[in-house]
Amino acid sequence: MQLIPCPWCGPRDEVEFHYGGAAHVAYPEDPQSLTDEDWARYVFFRDNPKGPFAERWCHTASCRRWFNAIRDTATHQVLAVYRMDEAKPVTS
Amino acid sequence: MTVDHPQRRSPLAHLTAELAATPVGVSLSEVPFLTQLNLRVDPLGRAARAVEEALGATLPTAANTAVAAGDLDVLWLGPDEWLLVAPEGRQESLEKSLRQAIGTEHGAVVDLSAHRTTVELSGALARDLLAKGCSLDLHPAVFTTGSCAQLPLAQAPVLLLARDSEMPRYWLLVRTSFAPYVAAWLLDACVEYAASGP
Ligand SMILES: [Zn+2]
Repeated sequence: MQLIPCPWCGPRDEVEFHYGGAAHVAYPEDPQSLTDEDWARYVFFRDNPKGPFAERWCHTASCRRWFNAIRDTATHQVLAVYRMDEAKPVTS
Repeated sequence: MTVDHPQRRSPLAHLTAELAATPVGVSLSEVPFLTQLNLRVDPLGRAARAVEEALGATLPTAANTAVAAGDLDVLWLGPDEWLLVAPEGRQESLEKSLRQAIGTEHGAVVDLSAHRTTVELSGALARDLLAKGCSLDLHPAVFTTGSCAQLPLAQAPVLLLARDSEMPRYWLLVRTSFAPYVAAWLLDACVEYAASGP
């Protein structure tokens, strides 16, 4: 079992959370002008780093808030969590 | 011919005897038919202040805390969401006063009284019992009196309220359809205390 620190509720069991994919994927500024290839890139293409990765998580079983987390994809260690309206923290 | 009037039965009415027969150190009972209203409102807005005035209670903004005002409990569910718990039969008057307070401002009041029933769990072993089914830190210095939490207990979603953390007394607000399962789990989990009791 891994504890994930919800920015509201504090450390909770991982089963209370749902994963929401990569964070900070900006919606296209001018959707009308996108080609099919651009759309595919926006919808499906994500970075897949080994190491710290900014992700969206939802505390589904409790406060039901979405938040961002920086998780090391190699160790699963959660390096930082921050609310949707907070800037991405710097992690070394 | 006589016609029987339909009688309201609480979700755990059929387990009253079993719940009353727990080993020393654990007390279980159902607190049925409590008034439960879900409230959503901007905590910084005018409506929140009007609601607080109408309730005579503050809306707690610290996560996972509850405040009590007389026989009303206000439980934090989210940054803009609370559950108001009051004795049976108060839903209509409470809902009306909340709607009046919110007025034309942005907010929502939903009567959820039939959504959950409540199990009161108390006794010296209450904390040990809960710890078998959840990973929350229940130490009285952490989960203090007036703390609340939504979490899975034995995989069933419950809303846990510490009414007293020193002389352990908890309320478990459980969905109606999950209540018999949670009650059966609690009864099963305290079987071992019968053997080891004083
Ligand atoms: Zn949370």
